[in-house]
Amino acid sequence: MVTSRNVTCVIIGAGHAGLAMSRCLTELSVDHVLLERGEVANSWRTERWDSLRLLTPNWQSRLPGFKYQGENPDGFRDMPEVIKFIDQYANFISAPVETSTRVTSVSSSESGYKIITNQGEWRCKVLVIASGACNIAVVPNIAEAVSYKVNMLTPIQYKNPNQLADGGVMIVGASATGTQLSKEIQLSGRQVTLSVGEHVRVPRVYRGYDIKWWMDSTGILDERYDDVDDINRARRVPSLQLTGSLDRGTLDLNTLTGIGVKLVGRMVGMRDDKALFSGSLKNVCSLADLKMNRLLDNIDEWITNNDHIVGINPRERFLPTLIENSPTLEINLTENNIKTIIWATGFRPDLSWLDVPVLDRKGQILHEGGIVNFPGMYLMGMQFLRRRKSSLIDGAGDDALDLSKHLKAYLDG
Amino acid sequence: MSETTVVNNGVNVEALLGAREALSEAPEAAKFLWRASCEWKNGTHSKTSVEGYFGLGSEQVHKKTFSFDADHPEVFASEDNGATPVEIVLVGLASCLTAGIAAVAQHRDIQLRSCKATIEGGMDIQGILGVDADVRNGFDGINVHYDIDADATPDEIRALVAQSQKRSAVYDIVTNPTNVSVEVN
Repeated sequence: MVTSRNVTCVIIGAGHAGLAMSRCLTELSVDHVLLERGEVANSWRTERWDSLRLLTPNWQSRLPGFKYQGENPDGFRDMPEVIKFIDQYANFISAPVETSTRVTSVSSSESGYKIITNQGEWRCKVLVIASGACNIAVVPNIAEAVSYKVNMLTPIQYKNPNQLADGGVMIVGASATGTQLSKEIQLSGRQVTLSVGEHVRVPRVYRGYDIKWWMDSTGILDERYDDVDDINRARRVPSLQLTGSLDRGTLDLNTLTGIGVKLVGRMVGMRDDKALFSGSLKNVCSLADLKMNRLLDNIDEWITNNDHIVGINPRERFLPTLIENSPTLEINLTENNIKTIIWATGFRPDLSWLDVPVLDRKGQILHEGGIVNFPGMYLMGMQFLRRRKSSLIDGAGDDALDLSKHLKAYLDG
Repeated sequence: MSETTVVNNGVNVEALLGAREALSEAPEAAKFLWRASCEWKNGTHSKTSVEGYFGLGSEQVHKKTFSFDADHPEVFASEDNGATPVEIVLVGLASCLTAGIAAVAQHRDIQLRSCKATIEGGMDIQGILGVDADVRNGFDGINVHYDIDADATPDEIRALVAQSQKRSAVYDIVTNPTNVSVEVN
Protein backbone atom coordinates (compact mmCIF):
# COMPACT_ATOMS: atom_id res chain seq x y z
CA MET A 1 0.00 0.00 0.00
CA VAL A 2 1.20 3.48 -0.87
CA THR A 3 1.82 5.61 2.15
CA SER A 4 1.70 9.31 1.76
CA ARG A 5 3.45 11.86 3.89
CA ASN A 6 1.55 14.83 5.27
CA VAL A 7 2.76 18.38 5.59
CA THR A 8 0.94 21.70 5.78
CA CYS A 9 2.63 23.22 2.74
CA VAL A 10 4.52 21.83 -0.22
CA ILE A 11 6.78 24.14 -2.20
CA ILE A 12 7.62 22.78 -5.62
CA GLY A 13 11.12 23.88 -6.58
CA ALA A 14 14.15 24.77 -4.46
CA GLY A 15 15.55 27.69 -6.38
CA HIS A 16 15.81 31.21 -4.99
CA ALA A 17 12.00 31.71 -5.16
CA GLY A 18 11.08 28.52 -3.31
CA LEU A 19 13.79 29.13 -0.72
CA ALA A 20 12.66 32.71 -0.08
CA MET A 21 9.15 31.34 0.52
CA SER A 22 10.55 28.61 2.79
CA ARG A 23 12.28 31.20 4.94
CA CYS A 24 9.08 33.28 5.26
CA LEU A 25 6.99 30.20 6.14
CA THR A 26 9.53 29.20 8.80
CA GLU A 27 9.21 32.68 10.30
CA LEU A 28 5.42 32.14 10.42
CA SER A 29 5.85 28.60 11.85
CA VAL A 30 4.15 26.93 8.89
CA ASP A 31 5.58 23.43 8.49
CA HIS A 32 6.55 22.72 4.91
CA VAL A 33 8.80 20.82 2.55
CA LEU A 34 10.48 21.79 -0.73
CA LEU A 35 10.32 19.16 -3.47
CA GLU A 36 13.24 19.57 -5.86
CA ARG A 37 13.59 17.53 -9.07
CA GLY A 38 17.41 17.79 -8.91
CA GLU A 39 19.56 19.68 -6.46
CA VAL A 40 19.10 23.14 -4.98
CA ALA A 41 19.37 25.74 -7.80
CA ASN A 42 18.85 23.02 -10.38
CA SER A 43 18.08 25.26 -13.39
CA TRP A 44 21.19 27.29 -12.69
CA ARG A 45 23.23 24.07 -12.64
CA THR A 46 21.85 22.41 -15.73
CA GLU A 47 20.01 24.84 -18.01
CA ARG A 48 22.44 27.70 -18.53
CA TRP A 49 25.29 28.26 -20.97
CA ASP A 50 28.88 28.11 -19.67
CA SER A 51 29.88 31.76 -19.83
CA LEU A 52 26.65 33.22 -18.45
CA ARG A 53 26.91 35.68 -15.62
CA LEU A 54 23.97 37.04 -13.68
CA LEU A 55 22.49 40.18 -15.29
CA THR A 56 22.06 41.88 -11.91
CA PRO A 57 25.04 43.14 -9.87
CA ASN A 58 26.22 41.16 -6.83
CA TRP A 59 24.76 43.61 -4.30
CA GLN A 60 21.32 43.21 -5.80
CA SER A 61 20.70 39.54 -5.02
CA ARG A 62 19.06 40.12 -1.66
CA LEU A 63 17.06 37.30 -0.12
CA PRO A 64 15.16 37.46 3.18
CA GLY A 65 17.82 37.63 5.90
CA PHE A 66 20.70 37.22 3.46
CA LYS A 67 22.76 39.43 1.21
CA TYR A 68 26.10 39.78 -0.59
CA GLN A 69 29.03 40.17 1.78
CA GLY A 70 31.94 40.10 -0.68
CA GLU A 71 34.26 42.80 -1.90
CA ASN A 72 32.90 43.27 -5.41
CA PRO A 73 29.33 44.50 -5.05
CA ASP A 74 29.24 45.83 -8.62
CA GLY A 75 30.45 42.59 -10.22
CA PHE A 76 28.31 39.88 -11.78
CA ARG A 77 28.26 36.30 -10.50
CA ASP A 78 29.20 33.50 -12.85
CA MET A 79 27.14 30.32 -12.67
CA PRO A 80 29.26 28.51 -10.02
CA GLU A 81 28.97 31.63 -7.86
CA VAL A 82 25.19 31.80 -8.33
CA ILE A 83 24.85 28.13 -7.39
CA LYS A 84 27.09 28.62 -4.35
CA PHE A 85 25.09 31.66 -3.26
CA ILE A 86 21.76 29.82 -3.46
CA ASP A 87 23.27 26.75 -1.76
CA GLN A 88 24.55 28.94 1.06
CA TYR A 89 21.10 30.43 1.45
CA ALA A 90 19.48 26.98 1.63
CA ASN A 91 21.94 26.07 4.43
CA PHE A 92 21.55 29.40 6.16
CA ILE A 93 17.78 29.00 6.46
CA SER A 94 18.00 25.20 7.06
CA ALA A 95 15.53 24.67 4.23
CA PRO A 96 13.73 21.30 4.39
CA VAL A 97 14.60 20.27 0.83
CA GLU A 98 13.83 16.82 -0.61
CA THR A 99 16.26 16.58 -3.51
CA SER A 100 16.01 14.30 -6.57
CA THR A 101 12.24 14.39 -6.14
CA ARG A 102 10.44 14.98 -9.39
CA VAL A 103 6.76 15.92 -9.16
CA THR A 104 4.73 13.99 -11.71
CA SER A 105 1.22 15.04 -10.72
CA VAL A 106 -0.59 17.53 -8.52
CA SER A 107 -4.33 17.18 -8.01
CA SER A 108 -6.78 18.70 -5.58
CA SER A 109 -8.41 16.70 -2.78
CA GLU A 110 -11.00 17.54 -0.10
CA SER A 111 -8.32 18.60 2.33
CA GLY A 112 -5.97 20.31 -0.10
CA TYR A 113 -3.61 18.73 -2.61
CA LYS A 114 -2.22 15.34 -3.48
CA ILE A 115 1.27 15.36 -4.95
CA ILE A 116 2.77 12.34 -6.65
CA THR A 117 6.54 12.21 -7.12
CA ASN A 118 9.10 9.64 -8.17
CA GLN A 119 9.86 9.37 -4.43
CA GLY A 120 6.33 8.75 -3.21
CA GLU A 121 3.23 10.70 -2.41
CA TRP A 122 2.63 13.86 -0.39
CA ARG A 123 -0.56 15.46 0.95
CA CYS A 124 -0.74 19.11 1.89
CA LYS A 125 -3.24 21.85 2.65
CA VAL A 126 -1.50 24.55 0.64
CA LEU A 127 0.77 24.51 -2.35
CA VAL A 128 3.42 26.92 -3.62
CA ILE A 129 4.57 26.54 -7.21
CA ALA A 130 8.14 27.82 -7.49
CA SER A 131 9.35 25.59 -10.27
CA GLY A 132 10.58 28.36 -12.52
CA ALA A 133 9.41 30.53 -15.40
CA CYS A 134 11.92 29.30 -17.96
CA ASN A 135 11.76 25.49 -18.01
CA ILE A 136 10.94 25.15 -21.69
CA ALA A 137 12.39 27.09 -24.61
CA VAL A 138 9.65 28.39 -26.87
CA VAL A 139 10.34 27.61 -30.52
CA PRO A 140 8.06 29.09 -33.20
CA ASN A 141 6.30 26.82 -35.71
CA ILE A 142 8.46 28.07 -38.57
CA ALA A 143 11.26 25.89 -37.17
CA GLU A 144 9.42 22.91 -38.68
CA ALA A 145 10.03 24.29 -42.16
CA VAL A 146 13.81 24.53 -41.74
CA SER A 147 15.91 22.00 -43.68
CA TYR A 148 17.33 19.04 -41.77
CA LYS A 149 20.78 20.20 -42.93
CA VAL A 150 20.62 23.14 -40.57
CA ASN A 151 21.33 22.30 -36.94
CA MET A 152 18.82 23.90 -34.57
CA LEU A 153 19.39 24.59 -30.88
CA THR A 154 17.61 26.26 -28.02
CA PRO A 155 19.45 28.33 -25.40
CA ILE A 156 18.85 25.50 -22.90
CA GLN A 157 20.88 23.15 -25.12
CA TYR A 158 23.56 25.71 -25.95
CA LYS A 159 26.67 25.56 -23.76
CA ASN A 160 29.49 27.21 -25.75
CA PRO A 161 30.53 27.94 -29.35
CA ASN A 162 32.64 24.76 -29.59
CA GLN A 163 29.50 22.68 -29.98
CA LEU A 164 28.54 24.59 -33.16
CA ALA A 165 29.55 23.64 -36.70
CA ASP A 166 31.91 26.00 -38.48
CA GLY A 167 29.99 28.43 -40.64
CA GLY A 168 27.30 31.00 -40.11
CA VAL A 169 24.85 31.08 -37.23
CA MET A 170 21.43 32.67 -37.23
CA ILE A 171 20.13 33.69 -33.84
CA VAL A 172 16.42 34.42 -33.66
CA GLY A 173 15.44 36.83 -30.88
CA ALA A 174 17.31 39.87 -29.58
CA SER A 175 16.52 39.93 -25.89
CA ALA A 176 19.04 39.21 -23.13
CA THR A 177 19.72 35.68 -24.35
CA GLY A 178 19.90 36.37 -28.09
CA THR A 179 22.17 39.37 -27.74
CA GLN A 180 24.58 37.64 -25.33
CA LEU A 181 24.84 34.55 -27.54
CA SER A 182 25.31 36.76 -30.62
CA LYS A 183 28.32 38.41 -29.06
CA GLU A 184 29.95 35.21 -27.86
CA ILE A 185 29.38 33.34 -31.11
CA GLN A 186 30.43 36.22 -33.38
CA LEU A 187 33.66 36.53 -31.35
CA SER A 188 34.24 32.78 -31.83
CA GLY A 189 34.77 33.48 -35.54
CA ARG A 190 31.33 32.48 -36.83
CA GLN A 191 29.30 35.06 -38.74
CA VAL A 192 26.15 35.77 -36.75
CA THR A 193 22.90 37.02 -38.27
CA LEU A 194 20.54 38.26 -35.58
CA SER A 195 16.80 38.37 -36.21
CA VAL A 196 15.37 41.27 -34.23
CA GLY A 197 11.76 41.73 -33.15
CA GLU A 198 10.53 43.90 -30.31
CA HIS A 199 13.25 44.36 -27.72
CA VAL A 200 14.22 46.47 -24.74
CA ARG A 201 17.40 48.53 -25.08
CA VAL A 202 19.21 49.90 -22.02
CA PRO A 203 22.78 50.98 -21.29
CA ARG A 204 24.59 48.83 -18.70
CA VAL A 205 25.87 51.90 -16.88
CA TYR A 206 24.19 55.32 -16.93
CA ARG A 207 25.74 58.43 -15.41
CA GLY A 208 28.22 56.26 -13.53
CA TYR A 209 25.77 53.83 -11.91
CA ASP A 210 24.47 50.45 -13.04
CA ILE A 211 21.09 50.63 -14.79
CA LYS A 212 19.74 48.12 -12.26
CA TRP A 213 20.81 50.47 -9.47
CA TRP A 214 18.79 53.24 -11.08
CA MET A 215 15.79 51.01 -11.65
CA ASP A 216 15.99 49.92 -8.00
CA SER A 217 16.54 53.40 -6.54
CA THR A 218 13.88 55.15 -8.60
CA GLY A 219 11.29 52.54 -7.62
CA ILE A 220 10.76 51.17 -11.14
CA LEU A 221 11.53 47.62 -9.99
CA ASP A 222 9.06 47.96 -7.12
CA GLU A 223 6.14 48.91 -9.38
CA ARG A 224 3.25 46.66 -8.45
CA TYR A 225 1.16 44.45 -10.71
CA ASP A 226 -2.01 46.30 -9.68
CA ASP A 227 -0.48 49.71 -10.46
CA VAL A 228 0.43 49.20 -14.11
CA ASP A 229 -1.95 50.00 -16.97
CA ASP A 230 -1.94 46.60 -18.60
CA ILE A 231 -0.46 43.79 -16.54
CA ASN A 232 -0.77 41.21 -19.31
CA ARG A 233 1.34 43.36 -21.55
CA ALA A 234 3.82 44.14 -18.74
CA ARG A 235 4.26 40.40 -18.17
CA ARG A 236 5.12 39.87 -21.83
CA VAL A 237 7.79 42.58 -22.08
CA PRO A 238 10.98 41.00 -23.44
CA SER A 239 14.02 40.82 -21.17
CA LEU A 240 16.42 43.77 -21.16
CA GLN A 241 19.37 43.62 -23.55
CA LEU A 242 22.01 43.27 -20.85
CA THR A 243 25.11 41.27 -20.11
CA GLY A 244 26.98 40.86 -16.86
CA SER A 245 30.59 41.26 -17.92
CA LEU A 246 33.80 42.20 -16.14
CA ASP A 247 34.06 45.48 -18.09
CA ARG A 248 30.42 46.44 -17.32
CA GLY A 249 29.94 47.09 -21.02
CA THR A 250 26.63 47.79 -22.76
CA LEU A 251 25.25 45.10 -25.04
CA ASP A 252 22.92 46.80 -27.49
CA LEU A 253 22.43 46.31 -31.20
CA ASN A 254 25.02 48.98 -31.98
CA THR A 255 27.58 47.00 -29.93
CA LEU A 256 26.74 43.92 -31.95
CA THR A 257 26.91 45.58 -35.37
CA GLY A 258 30.23 47.04 -34.19
CA ILE A 259 31.73 43.54 -33.94
CA GLY A 260 30.24 42.45 -37.25
CA VAL A 261 26.86 40.90 -36.38
CA LYS A 262 24.32 41.35 -39.19
CA LEU A 263 20.84 42.50 -38.18
CA VAL A 264 17.65 41.42 -39.90
CA GLY A 265 13.98 41.89 -38.99
CA ARG A 266 11.78 39.51 -37.05
CA MET A 267 11.80 36.07 -38.67
CA VAL A 268 8.34 35.49 -40.13
CA GLY A 269 8.64 32.40 -42.25
CA MET A 270 10.58 29.97 -44.39
CA ARG A 271 10.02 29.65 -48.12
CA ASP A 272 11.99 26.72 -49.52
CA ASP A 273 15.50 27.34 -48.28
CA LYS A 274 14.94 31.02 -47.64
CA ALA A 275 14.33 32.57 -44.26
CA LEU A 276 11.98 35.56 -44.54
CA PHE A 277 12.16 38.60 -42.29
CA SER A 278 9.72 41.37 -41.50
CA GLY A 279 10.31 44.83 -42.92
CA SER A 280 9.62 46.30 -39.48
CA LEU A 281 13.24 46.32 -38.22
CA LYS A 282 13.49 50.12 -38.25
CA ASN A 283 10.28 50.51 -36.31
CA VAL A 284 11.11 48.00 -33.59
CA CYS A 285 14.49 49.74 -33.15
CA SER A 286 12.84 53.13 -33.07
CA LEU A 287 10.34 51.92 -30.45
CA ALA A 288 13.24 50.61 -28.34
CA ASP A 289 15.24 53.85 -28.68
CA LEU A 290 12.22 55.95 -27.66
CA LYS A 291 11.49 53.70 -24.68
CA MET A 292 15.11 53.79 -23.55
CA ASN A 293 15.11 57.59 -23.73
CA ARG A 294 11.91 57.75 -21.67
CA LEU A 295 13.57 55.58 -19.03
CA LEU A 296 16.65 57.82 -19.02
CA ASP A 297 14.42 60.94 -18.83
CA ASN A 298 12.75 59.46 -15.76
CA ILE A 299 16.13 58.77 -14.17
CA ASP A 300 17.30 62.32 -14.93
CA GLU A 301 14.15 63.73 -13.37
CA TRP A 302 14.63 61.57 -10.29
CA ILE A 303 18.23 62.81 -9.98
CA THR A 304 16.99 66.41 -10.10
CA ASN A 305 14.62 65.67 -7.23
CA ASN A 306 17.18 63.67 -5.21
CA ASP A 307 20.29 65.83 -5.17
CA HIS A 308 21.96 63.90 -2.34
CA ILE A 309 23.35 61.20 -4.64
CA VAL A 310 27.09 61.75 -5.10
CA GLY A 311 29.43 61.05 -7.96
CA ILE A 312 26.89 61.22 -10.76
CA ASN A 313 28.21 61.83 -14.26
CA PRO A 314 26.56 64.36 -16.60
CA ARG A 315 23.40 63.54 -18.52
CA GLU A 316 24.04 61.65 -21.74
CA ARG A 317 22.09 60.27 -24.65
CA PHE A 318 23.17 57.36 -26.83
CA LEU A 319 23.28 57.07 -30.60
CA PRO A 320 20.05 55.80 -32.12
CA THR A 321 20.21 52.16 -33.20
CA LEU A 322 22.01 52.14 -36.52
CA ILE A 323 20.13 50.20 -39.16
CA GLU A 324 21.18 50.03 -42.77
CA ASN A 325 18.78 51.66 -45.21
CA SER A 326 17.29 48.52 -46.69
CA PRO A 327 17.76 45.59 -44.33
CA THR A 328 17.74 42.15 -45.93
CA LEU A 329 14.25 40.66 -46.17
CA GLU A 330 15.31 37.13 -47.07
CA ILE A 331 18.37 34.93 -46.66
CA ASN A 332 19.01 31.68 -48.45
CA LEU A 333 20.44 29.51 -45.69
CA THR A 334 22.47 27.23 -47.96
CA GLU A 335 23.90 29.96 -50.17
CA ASN A 336 24.85 31.98 -47.10
CA ASN A 337 26.46 28.99 -45.37
CA ILE A 338 24.20 29.20 -42.33
CA LYS A 339 24.76 25.92 -40.48
CA THR A 340 23.02 26.62 -37.19
CA ILE A 341 19.89 28.38 -35.98
CA ILE A 342 19.51 29.20 -32.29
CA TRP A 343 15.95 29.95 -31.21
CA ALA A 344 16.30 32.60 -28.52
CA THR A 345 12.57 33.20 -28.73
CA GLY A 346 11.64 33.02 -25.08
CA PHE A 347 10.80 30.48 -22.42
CA ARG A 348 7.76 29.19 -20.65
CA PRO A 349 7.19 27.25 -17.45
CA ASP A 350 6.59 23.49 -17.50
CA LEU A 351 3.31 22.89 -15.70
CA SER A 352 2.51 19.60 -17.43
CA TRP A 353 2.20 17.87 -14.02
CA LEU A 354 -0.48 20.26 -12.79
CA ASP A 355 -3.86 18.48 -12.89
CA VAL A 356 -5.84 21.32 -11.34
CA PRO A 357 -7.97 23.51 -13.64
CA VAL A 358 -6.08 26.78 -13.24
CA LEU A 359 -4.73 27.31 -16.76
CA ASP A 360 -6.23 29.73 -19.28
CA ARG A 361 -6.78 28.85 -22.93
CA LYS A 362 -3.15 29.71 -23.68
CA GLY A 363 -1.83 27.44 -20.96
CA GLN A 364 -0.91 30.23 -18.57
CA ILE A 365 -1.67 29.94 -14.90
CA LEU A 366 -4.50 32.23 -13.76
CA HIS A 367 -3.49 34.22 -10.72
CA GLU A 368 -3.83 37.57 -9.03
CA GLY A 369 -0.35 38.69 -7.94
CA GLY A 370 0.71 35.10 -7.23
CA ILE A 371 -2.56 34.08 -5.55
CA VAL A 372 -3.75 31.37 -7.92
CA ASN A 373 -7.45 31.11 -8.80
CA PHE A 374 -7.78 27.98 -6.66
CA PRO A 375 -7.99 27.89 -2.86
CA GLY A 376 -4.63 27.55 -1.13
CA MET A 377 -2.47 27.62 -4.25
CA TYR A 378 0.32 30.15 -4.76
CA LEU A 379 2.80 30.97 -7.48
CA MET A 380 6.33 32.42 -7.24
CA GLY A 381 9.11 33.56 -9.54
CA MET A 382 7.13 34.54 -12.65
CA GLN A 383 7.61 37.63 -14.77
CA PHE A 384 5.97 40.61 -13.00
CA LEU A 385 4.16 38.28 -10.58
CA ARG A 386 3.60 41.06 -8.03
CA ARG A 387 6.29 43.55 -8.95
CA ARG A 388 8.47 44.41 -11.90
CA LYS A 389 11.36 42.71 -10.05
CA SER A 390 9.45 39.46 -9.41
CA SER A 391 11.53 37.41 -11.84
CA LEU A 392 14.83 38.60 -10.34
CA ILE A 393 16.50 36.84 -7.41
CA ASP A 394 16.13 40.21 -5.71
CA GLY A 395 12.38 40.16 -6.24
CA ALA A 396 11.65 36.85 -4.51
CA GLY A 397 11.87 38.26 -0.98
CA ASP A 398 9.09 40.85 -1.14
CA ASP A 399 6.77 38.50 -3.04
CA ALA A 400 7.40 35.67 -0.55
CA LEU A 401 6.72 38.03 2.34
CA ASP A 402 3.35 39.10 0.87
CA LEU A 403 2.24 35.66 -0.24
CA SER A 404 3.33 33.86 2.93
CA LYS A 405 1.14 36.23 4.94
CA HIS A 406 -1.81 35.51 2.65
CA LEU A 407 -1.09 31.80 2.91
CA LYS A 408 -0.97 31.92 6.73
CA ALA A 409 -4.26 33.83 6.84
CA TYR A 410 -5.81 31.22 4.55
CA LEU A 411 -4.65 28.42 6.90
CA ASP A 412 -5.97 30.27 9.91
CA GLY A 413 -9.35 30.49 8.15
CA MET B 1 -2.01 76.05 -17.25
CA SER B 2 -4.59 75.46 -14.59
CA GLU B 3 -7.55 74.69 -16.80
CA THR B 4 -8.01 71.14 -17.94
CA THR B 5 -8.86 70.57 -21.56
CA VAL B 6 -10.60 67.50 -22.87
CA VAL B 7 -8.68 65.82 -25.64
CA ASN B 8 -10.90 65.02 -28.59
CA ASN B 9 -9.53 63.44 -31.74
CA GLY B 10 -12.95 62.01 -32.55
CA VAL B 11 -11.92 58.52 -31.48
CA ASN B 12 -14.09 56.63 -29.02
CA VAL B 13 -11.33 55.04 -26.98
CA GLU B 14 -13.68 53.77 -24.28
CA ALA B 15 -15.57 51.78 -26.89
CA LEU B 16 -12.30 50.34 -28.26
CA LEU B 17 -11.05 49.39 -24.82
CA GLY B 18 -14.44 47.91 -23.97
CA ALA B 19 -14.30 45.86 -27.16
CA ARG B 20 -10.79 44.68 -26.31
CA GLU B 21 -11.93 43.50 -22.91
CA ALA B 22 -15.07 41.84 -24.25
CA LEU B 23 -13.14 40.09 -27.03
CA SER B 24 -10.48 38.72 -24.71
CA GLU B 25 -13.33 36.94 -22.93
CA ALA B 26 -14.91 35.76 -26.18
CA PRO B 27 -12.06 35.35 -28.70
CA GLU B 28 -14.35 33.74 -31.30
CA ALA B 29 -16.17 37.05 -31.77
CA ALA B 30 -12.82 38.61 -32.70
CA LYS B 31 -12.64 36.61 -35.92
CA PHE B 32 -13.42 38.93 -38.81
CA LEU B 33 -13.57 38.29 -42.52
CA TRP B 34 -13.13 41.30 -44.76
CA ARG B 35 -14.35 41.12 -48.34
CA ALA B 36 -14.28 42.99 -51.57
CA SER B 37 -15.69 42.06 -54.96
CA CYS B 38 -14.02 43.16 -58.13
CA GLU B 39 -15.42 43.25 -61.63
CA TRP B 40 -13.50 43.81 -64.81
CA LYS B 41 -14.76 46.71 -66.91
CA ASN B 42 -12.49 47.13 -69.89
CA GLY B 43 -8.78 47.09 -70.57
CA THR B 44 -7.02 47.46 -67.21
CA HIS B 45 -10.05 49.17 -65.68
CA SER B 46 -11.91 47.37 -62.91
CA LYS B 47 -14.41 48.38 -60.25
CA THR B 48 -14.22 46.92 -56.78
CA SER B 49 -16.97 47.26 -54.24
CA VAL B 50 -16.99 46.76 -50.53
CA GLU B 51 -20.23 46.21 -48.68
CA GLY B 52 -20.53 43.30 -46.27
CA TYR B 53 -18.10 41.69 -43.87
CA PHE B 54 -18.26 39.13 -41.11
CA GLY B 55 -17.44 39.99 -37.51
CA LEU B 56 -18.63 39.77 -33.90
CA GLY B 57 -20.13 36.42 -34.76
CA SER B 58 -22.42 37.52 -37.59
CA GLU B 59 -22.72 39.14 -40.99
CA GLN B 60 -22.40 42.92 -40.98
CA VAL B 61 -22.87 45.62 -43.63
CA HIS B 62 -21.35 49.04 -44.14
CA LYS B 63 -23.72 52.02 -44.05
CA LYS B 64 -23.43 52.10 -47.83
CA THR B 65 -21.57 50.33 -50.60
CA PHE B 66 -18.17 51.85 -51.33
CA SER B 67 -16.67 51.41 -54.76
CA PHE B 68 -13.17 51.90 -56.09
CA ASP B 69 -12.10 52.30 -59.70
CA ALA B 70 -8.68 50.97 -60.50
CA ASP B 71 -6.85 51.38 -63.76
CA HIS B 72 -3.44 52.28 -65.08
CA PRO B 73 -2.25 55.66 -66.35
CA GLU B 74 -1.91 56.70 -69.96
CA VAL B 75 1.87 56.10 -69.95
CA PHE B 76 0.92 52.42 -69.73
CA ALA B 77 -1.39 52.95 -72.69
CA SER B 78 -4.40 52.67 -70.40
CA GLU B 79 -7.35 54.99 -69.91
CA ASP B 80 -6.55 56.14 -66.38
CA ASN B 81 -10.05 55.60 -64.99
CA GLY B 82 -8.74 55.26 -61.47
CA ALA B 83 -5.72 54.92 -59.25
CA THR B 84 -3.37 52.03 -59.95
CA PRO B 85 -3.71 49.03 -57.62
CA VAL B 86 -0.30 49.74 -56.09
CA GLU B 87 -1.39 53.27 -55.29
CA ILE B 88 -4.44 51.79 -53.57
CA VAL B 89 -2.04 49.76 -51.41
CA LEU B 90 -0.38 53.06 -50.43
CA VAL B 91 -3.84 54.48 -49.66
CA GLY B 92 -4.49 51.51 -47.40
CA LEU B 93 -1.19 51.83 -45.56
CA ALA B 94 -1.35 55.60 -45.08
CA SER B 95 -4.97 55.57 -43.92
CA CYS B 96 -4.38 52.67 -41.55
CA LEU B 97 -1.35 54.33 -39.94
CA THR B 98 -3.17 57.66 -39.71
CA ALA B 99 -6.21 56.11 -38.06
CA GLY B 100 -3.85 54.41 -35.63
CA ILE B 101 -2.11 57.67 -34.77
CA ALA B 102 -5.43 59.32 -33.93
CA ALA B 103 -6.51 56.40 -31.77
CA VAL B 104 -3.21 56.10 -29.91
CA ALA B 105 -3.12 59.89 -29.41
CA GLN B 106 -6.62 59.82 -27.96
CA HIS B 107 -5.66 56.99 -25.62
CA ARG B 108 -2.58 58.91 -24.49
CA ASP B 109 -4.51 62.17 -24.05
CA ILE B 110 -2.70 63.94 -26.85
CA GLN B 111 -4.71 66.46 -28.89
CA LEU B 112 -3.92 66.29 -32.61
CA ARG B 113 -4.27 69.58 -34.48
CA SER B 114 -3.18 68.29 -37.84
CA CYS B 115 -1.71 65.08 -39.12
CA LYS B 116 -0.65 64.73 -42.74
CA ALA B 117 1.18 61.86 -44.39
CA THR B 118 2.89 61.59 -47.71
CA ILE B 119 3.71 58.12 -48.85
CA GLU B 120 5.90 56.86 -51.67
CA GLY B 121 6.56 53.38 -52.93
CA GLY B 122 9.50 52.84 -55.25
CA MET B 123 9.20 50.30 -58.01
CA ASP B 124 11.38 49.12 -60.84
CA ILE B 125 8.88 48.04 -63.49
CA GLN B 126 11.43 45.78 -65.14
CA GLY B 127 10.01 43.27 -62.64
CA ILE B 128 6.37 43.31 -63.76
CA LEU B 129 7.38 43.59 -67.39
CA GLY B 130 9.57 40.50 -67.07
CA VAL B 131 12.63 42.34 -68.36
CA ASP B 132 14.90 41.28 -65.51
CA ALA B 133 14.11 38.23 -63.39
CA ASP B 134 16.20 39.57 -60.51
CA VAL B 135 13.94 42.58 -60.05
CA ARG B 136 10.95 41.98 -57.82
CA ASN B 137 7.45 42.88 -58.94
CA GLY B 138 6.47 44.78 -55.87
CA PHE B 139 7.77 47.88 -54.17
CA ASP B 140 11.49 47.95 -53.48
CA GLY B 141 10.65 50.03 -50.44
CA ILE B 142 7.99 52.34 -49.02
CA ASN B 143 8.64 55.69 -47.37
CA VAL B 144 6.07 57.46 -45.27
CA HIS B 145 6.55 61.00 -44.06
CA TYR B 146 4.36 62.49 -41.36
CA ASP B 147 3.82 66.13 -40.53
CA ILE B 148 2.06 66.21 -37.18
CA ASP B 149 1.01 69.16 -35.10
CA ALA B 150 -0.09 68.05 -31.64
CA ASP B 151 0.07 69.02 -27.98
CA ALA B 152 3.05 66.78 -27.28
CA THR B 153 6.84 66.71 -27.31
CA PRO B 154 8.65 65.58 -30.48
CA ASP B 155 9.51 62.26 -28.78
CA GLU B 156 5.90 61.71 -27.74
CA ILE B 157 4.85 62.30 -31.34
CA ARG B 158 7.51 59.87 -32.58
CA ALA B 159 6.21 57.33 -30.09
CA LEU B 160 2.67 57.77 -31.46
CA VAL B 161 3.87 57.04 -34.95
CA ALA B 162 5.93 54.05 -33.80
CA GLN B 163 3.07 52.60 -31.77
CA SER B 164 0.69 53.06 -34.67
CA GLN B 165 3.00 50.96 -36.87
CA LYS B 166 3.15 48.31 -34.17
CA ARG B 167 -0.64 47.98 -34.10
CA SER B 168 -1.42 48.52 -37.78
CA ALA B 169 -3.02 45.74 -39.82
CA VAL B 170 -1.89 47.10 -43.18
CA TYR B 171 1.65 47.73 -41.94
CA ASP B 172 1.77 44.08 -40.88
CA ILE B 173 0.32 42.92 -44.21
CA VAL B 174 2.88 44.93 -46.15
CA THR B 175 5.92 44.08 -44.03
CA ASN B 176 5.27 40.37 -43.48
CA PRO B 177 4.50 37.49 -45.82
CA THR B 178 0.88 36.31 -46.01
CA ASN B 179 -0.44 33.17 -47.64
CA VAL B 180 -2.65 33.99 -50.59
CA SER B 181 -4.71 31.34 -52.34
CA VAL B 182 -6.43 32.07 -55.62
CA GLU B 183 -8.95 29.66 -57.09
CA VAL B 184 -10.98 29.64 -60.25
CA ASN B 185 -14.51 28.26 -60.51
